[in-house]
Amino acid sequence: MEANIAIPSDSKQTWNGGGNKPFGASYGKMMMWFFILSDAITFTGFLAAYGLTRFKFIDSWPIADEVFTHFPGLHGVHAPMYYVALMTFILIISSVTMVLAVDAGHQKKQNKVAWYLFATIIFGIIFVGSQAWEWKNFISGSYGAVKTTDGKVLQFVKDGHQIALSDFVVGGRTDGRVQHTRLNGLWFEEEGTIPNYSIAQIKAAYQSNTDVQIRSELIDSATKQKVILSREEGFAQLAKTDFVVEGANLQANEYGNTIFANLFFFITGFHGFHVFSGIIINIIIFFNVVLGIYERRGHYEMVEKVGLYWHFVDLVWVFVFTFFYLV
Amino acid sequence: MAHAHESNKKRIWIVLILLTLITTVEVAFGIIKPASLHLTSFLGTSPLNWIFIILTLVKAYYIAWAFMHLEGETKWLRRSVVWTAVFLISYLVTLLLIEGGYLHSTLAPLVKW
Repeated sequence: MEANIAIPSDSKQTWNGGGNKPFGASYGKMMMWFFILSDAITFTGFLAAYGLTRFKFIDSWPIADEVFTHFPGLHGVHAPMYYVALMTFILIISSVTMVLAVDAGHQKKQNKVAWYLFATIIFGIIFVGSQAWEWKNFISGSYGAVKTTDGKVLQFVKDGHQIALSDFVVGGRTDGRVQHTRLNGLWFEEEGTIPNYSIAQIKAAYQSNTDVQIRSELIDSATKQKVILSREEGFAQLAKTDFVVEGANLQANEYGNTIFANLFFFITGFHGFHVFSGIIINIIIFFNVVLGIYERRGHYEMVEKVGLYWHFVDLVWVFVFTFFYLV
Repeated sequence: MAHAHESNKKRIWIVLILLTLITTVEVAFGIIKPASLHLTSFLGTSPLNWIFIILTLVKAYYIAWAFMHLEGETKWLRRSVVWTAVFLISYLVTLLLIEGGYLHSTLAPLVKW
């Protein structure tokens, strides 16, 4: 038995075979590099799946500028891209503070390492918080739409700009439909949140507001804008609807293809989980620095290894930003 | 690493400025979307998309080389990571995008708008 037990050593060297270091790197650092390599390929799988799906629905994919339009404090202002650009910048800044922490570690400046790590943690938390806010807006939605029986999402526009259901449907829900809960219905049955309006109400409001038009999911390849239907075509499409959709979940969303929201949740969620893990690891390392563990060990290589992971998360975000929001 | 103990601060700040500039340019293009770049086609997609992809790769290069300090590692550690990644990623992306294009050409004619 004894022969199988790894012998812990204070110098934390795991390479064997006469003290050779392959590629001049320590065991931990190289393992971190190959973990990053495998994780990069996992993310590639997700982003390539996004690419495949987008190519499959190339003529009807939602336009990012029309989906992500919020900025904190600016209600109702159409602000595409600005917020996500700010998030990108925050993550880049956190990468810089991380690399400064590594740099201070090389010079064995314990205090500086601790402060830079602290800053990295704070920026990381701001980023995850921003992502949560982005999700909140995405899930609650801002306009609302209707869905046809053959699965197409119809949005409403006035003068070429998208308008919310509440902008042209008057009053509250009129068909007397009540949200089913465990308290007013069957205790063993659940129901998702019911929409604010019924289909019949929306059809009537469309009929009486002659300046409201319907925008289909189809993209006009000449202008790269969604096709706006004439009033008559709108009536024909509206006759096929059976479902009001407000916001987004895994079954339906007001932006377009269901799988668009699914991929959004999946990819940004997986990335956000990486950031979250990074923050936790950074906090552990931060306490180790403050307690002087690496000072006693004689080097700050652990900060460098965790730094590699943190930069990798930034690297992935650069690609998510491009393929989800820009391209 | 020969220069493990000297400070790389200047390099770090230059890279930060570069990354910020590139992101700003990307966002500006993304908001303005000049018609001459957005509505034309070049090698399968719009020139604007190519600009975004190339700028992204430039950013990735600076993050990997300067922040992850690949420039200070031995040549073959760098190659064993970068070549493997570049090869597998290009392979996967190429196959899946071809497949996506095929799915569109097969299924889109069946959708009635």
